[in-house]
Amino acid sequence: MGHTNNEHGTGGASHGSVKEYTIGLLLSLVLTAIPFLVVMYDMASPAITLGIILVTAIAQLFVQLVFFLHMNSSSEQIWNTTSAAFIVLTVAIVVIGSIWIMEHLNHNMLMGH
Amino acid sequence: MSNDHVIANDAHDHHDDHEHHDTGGDTIFGFWIYIMSDCILFATLFATYAVLSGGFAGGPTPKELFDLNLVAVGTAFLLFSSFTFGMAMLQANQRKMKGMITWLVITLLLGLGFLGLEMYEFWHFSTLGATPQTSGYWSAFYALVATHGLHVFGGIIWMLVLFVHFKRDGFSEDNLVRLSCLSLFWHFLDIIWICVFSVVYLVGVM
Repeated sequence: MGHTNNEHGTGGASHGSVKEYTIGLLLSLVLTAIPFLVVMYDMASPAITLGIILVTAIAQLFVQLVFFLHMNSSSEQIWNTTSAAFIVLTVAIVVIGSIWIMEHLNHNMLMGH
Repeated sequence: MSNDHVIANDAHDHHDDHEHHDTGGDTIFGFWIYIMSDCILFATLFATYAVLSGGFAGGPTPKELFDLNLVAVGTAFLLFSSFTFGMAMLQANQRKMKGMITWLVITLLLGLGFLGLEMYEFWHFSTLGATPQTSGYWSAFYALVATHGLHVFGGIIWMLVLFVHFKRDGFSEDNLVRLSCLSLFWHFLDIIWICVFSVVYLVGVM
C-alpha cells in the first residue's frame, strides 16, 4: 500500500482502475453467492459443503487482497506483503493452536462423565 | 468552490512535495501495521468462537436462529461498499471532489445499512433468548460479530470526520493520506466479514 495515493498524477492507473474494481466486485459476489446457495438449498453433504465454504472464502480473501488492496510482490509493496505473510503465520498459530489444545483438553478432562 | 482549495494546496505543497511523499507512505505503512495487529485481535476472537462453538448450555442454537437471507443482504451491502470506496479513491486520485464525496456518501449509507441489519439481528436474537449471558456460544458470537460491527461503526464516524476535513482543506496531502488509511481500514473490514459469514453463519446453519 506504501505510496497508494501520494503520487500526484502518476499513481492512479497502477493502483486500481474502474475495470479492476469491477472485476473484484463481480468475483467477490460470485464467490459469496456460491457458498450461500450451497448452504441455503442444502445442495451437498456436510463435508463437501464445508470444503466449498473454505475454498470460496480463501479464494475471496485473495480477490480482496489483489483487486481492492492491490497487494503484489513489487518492490514498493514488499514490506506490506512481508508483514501480511508474518501475520497470516501468527493467525494460523493462534487459531489452529487454540483449537488443537482445547480439543485435547476437552478429551483429557473426560467431558460428559 | 472546493476546486480552489485543490489548486491552492497543490501550488503550496509543490516545493516540498518529495518530503510529503515519504511521510505519507510511512504513515500508510504504519497504519497497515496497525491493521495487521487488528488481524491478531480478530484471530483470538475467532479462536475463542471455535473453542466455545459447542457450548449451548441448553440455550438456542445458531441453526434455530440464523436467517441467512438477512446475512446475505448485509454481506452484499459490505461487498458493494468496498467497491464504492474504490470508486471514491479513483475520484480522489483525479482530484474530483464532487465525485469522491458522492461515492463516499454511498459507501456510508451501505455501511449504515449493514449496521442497521446487524442491530436488528442482535435485537431479534435477544428476544428469542440468545443474549451474551445465555451460553458460551452466544458470548463468543456477540464478542466476535459485535467487534466487527464496532469497527464498521468506527469507520463510519471516521468517514464523517473526513467529510469535515475535506470541506475545510480540500485535497491536501494530509487528507489524501487519511483517505488512504480509511480505504485500507474499510477493505480490511470486508475481509474480516468474509471470515465471519463463512465461519459463523454458513457453518452455523449447516
